Amino acid sequence: MTTMSDPQQGSFRLSMLLNDTRYRSYTFQFIALMLLIALMAFLGINLVRNLAEAGLNISYSFLYVPAGYDINQTLIDYNSQSTNLRAAVVGILNTLLVAFLACVTATILGVIAGVARLSNNWLVSKMMSVYVEIFRNIPVLIWILMIYTLMTAVLPAPNAFRGDNATSSMLFDAFAFTNRGIYVPAPVWGPGSMIVVATFVLSIVAAVAYRKYAVSLLFRTGKLLPTGWPTLAILLVPTLLVFFVMGSPIGLDYPALKGFNFRGGLQIGAPLIALWLALSVYTGAFIAENVRAGIQAVSKGQTEAAASLGLRPKRIMNLVVLPQALRVIIPPLISQYLNITKNSSLAIAVGYADITATLGGITLNQTGRAIECVLLLMLFYLTISLSISAIMNVYNNAVSLKER
Amino acid sequence: MSDTHAASVPYVRETMLPQVEPPSTATGPVKWVHQSLFSSIPYTILTLVALYVIFVILSGLLPWLLGGVWNTGNIRECREVLDGAQGGCFSVLTERWNQLLFGIAYPQDGYWRPTLAFILLFVAAAPVLFGAVPRQLLIVTVLYPFLAFWLIWGGSLLVPLAALFSFAIGYVVYSSLVKSSFAGGLFAGIVVGVVVWFVAGFITSNLTNVLALEEVASRNMGGFMLNMILGVICVSLSLPLGIVLALGRQSNLPIIRLICVVFIEFIRGVPLITLLFVANVVLAYFLPPGTNFDLILRVIIMITMFASAYIAEVIRGGLAALPRGQYEAADSLGLDYAQAMRLIILPQALKISIPGIVNVAVGLFKDTTLVSIISMFDLVGMIRGPILASTDWNGVYWELWGFAALLFFVVCYGISQYSQWLERQLQTDHH
Repeated sequence: MTTMSDPQQGSFRLSMLLNDTRYRSYTFQFIALMLLIALMAFLGINLVRNLAEAGLNISYSFLYVPAGYDINQTLIDYNSQSTNLRAAVVGILNTLLVAFLACVTATILGVIAGVARLSNNWLVSKMMSVYVEIFRNIPVLIWILMIYTLMTAVLPAPNAFRGDNATSSMLFDAFAFTNRGIYVPAPVWGPGSMIVVATFVLSIVAAVAYRKYAVSLLFRTGKLLPTGWPTLAILLVPTLLVFFVMGSPIGLDYPALKGFNFRGGLQIGAPLIALWLALSVYTGAFIAENVRAGIQAVSKGQTEAAASLGLRPKRIMNLVVLPQALRVIIPPLISQYLNITKNSSLAIAVGYADITATLGGITLNQTGRAIECVLLLMLFYLTISLSISAIMNVYNNAVSLKER
Repeated sequence: MSDTHAASVPYVRETMLPQVEPPSTATGPVKWVHQSLFSSIPYTILTLVALYVIFVILSGLLPWLLGGVWNTGNIRECREVLDGAQGGCFSVLTERWNQLLFGIAYPQDGYWRPTLAFILLFVAAAPVLFGAVPRQLLIVTVLYPFLAFWLIWGGSLLVPLAALFSFAIGYVVYSSLVKSSFAGGLFAGIVVGVVVWFVAGFITSNLTNVLALEEVASRNMGGFMLNMILGVICVSLSLPLGIVLALGRQSNLPIIRLICVVFIEFIRGVPLITLLFVANVVLAYFLPPGTNFDLILRVIIMITMFASAYIAEVIRGGLAALPRGQYEAADSLGLDYAQAMRLIILPQALKISIPGIVNVAVGLFKDTTLVSIISMFDLVGMIRGPILASTDWNGVYWELWGFAALLFFVVCYGISQYSQWLERQLQTDHH
């Protein structure tokens, strides 16, 4: 885009800094740099003066003093005597947990809704359009608060499960939906359970290897091996054998009503459920649109060409349409995952202890270290999003059309 | 076929059969129902499941909506009127209507002011949004920001008039210089405008009672009005900023490009809530000691920065999508950078970017609800705070959340429908 003009005659004049395209770009960049430095200096000087006036300094030692507050949903050991740093780590793990859960369910929901929206069944496709439009056009914060209200105000209290004429009962005697959260059976890892898990992991590897072998055999010799039931057998038989040989080391701990509350099992708190469900249904609507656009982006000629080669509909989908649609779907899908991670910061509205609520909420308020806390918070989210964009770039380069 | 042949073979029909209607199962509603609802067994099951879901939703929703109570003073009266019957306590909406729309602290006798500003918004936006509207209305669009400021914040009319005056002077200076140099014109226009504004500021500061409305402090804004104020201001400010950032990111001046890239990637990498934390607790440290400008302004700055980074990325996509020939054609006409961008590149790039920009605008408007987390009383903040916490209405959840959801849905769905309509209007190529 640079416009090259003829070399000027004569020597350098000062006006050429503004009028000559060869020098003008340097002038502009110099001005921009100076303005930036001036702005930085202005902010920096103000910061130093303000801190001096308030008798503060920038220090991260608060991270190593006891946090002094409790967190009810933690993935690692934590109590109120743990350090602020540990509270932040708890927050990070909670953020990653809810983001991961929401990514999985949003993808499932989005793919189903996106495909169903293209269905020939008028009623189903219209219902999915209504789902997409309703959930896309209402703020996610309202969804989080609504589902949280549903969890805490509509579900029964644990004492509704008590007595002979209880108003509520547990589902299959294993799941209890209460206003303190959902209680589910928790797995109990007995001695030898690791061997069962290891067997299962090895079975997965074996199943994948078998499928690869089947494909390569098909390509080399044209012999078609069955893949459906052998895969299932490889996955289940060894694991079940080992499980019973070891004497059923993995058991389930069922929640049961003891006194005023449920004991045992795994408690999934109402805030986590609210955040998880709301992020899933909200982002699912966006993913549905991406999936629909991706499938529609594969031109009809591709399907017809595959059909005229004699492929069956399932194979057309698997071998021709999906690989091309995925190239369109995956980049926006990954940026939706990024959005889920960033939107999970709304946890603070329902009291789920994610990084924003621990480091940016309670720790910030208790220590008064606003600058440090917000800076660390931003660094965390920046790290996540920059690494996800890096992965996305690698993927984009791998699948981009190789034009020759 | 020859006549002789027809005559010699008696069983050949000589007259055309009259056209017959297709069988009733292969046409009209019957065919449609069969094809789109019951074409195969899985589809039939799917249809029945869908019908059941719709039935469940409607049977829960309709009695609640239709049996609602609209004119009681608090939740106990409402429960008495309902007397165990199914129905919503919509009287919370009628009783707290003004709080939901304007917040708690806005002066009661001044509700007409934001309402008028809201109505004028449509008049001001119409000529921008629809080409068929008479161009003379653009005058309203130009005057609107100043008028709306006066209506909502109050004070003397002279203040926005002074701003308008300095704006006009600056524009005159700019347009007289832009022919020779765009950068020079812009610079001179801004400088002259700022100088005039300062001079006028001295005059207006002594005349606070001329044509004055009751002054309302920013912290008294609330309710859905706050969402609208934040949404409209931030979208309109972030658009020009986004264009500048996108051009900066595409430019071939390394320092400027670097600044823009770092800014955009930083803003897009962090959640809006952290930026609002910055506005709430951190920004004050970076300003000269003693400066104290209100939270709403700090929030506007942060949301504008946030939105402009996203808009910049959308516009960058539009710039990249333009064929290279357009850039080369502009260069070969001898246009300089500013002319090429203003006259050739940006009009086309912005046109391509419209759907993306609208998406960002809708997202931004939804994100204005996040200010409730830093304890500002927007619509969500009003519901969570003063209304649900009051003894009168503690426990009326669904009516309030349903109302909030409905308001946002109407606005966001309306905007996205407009963008789809505009996309069809702007389709000038013939594929």
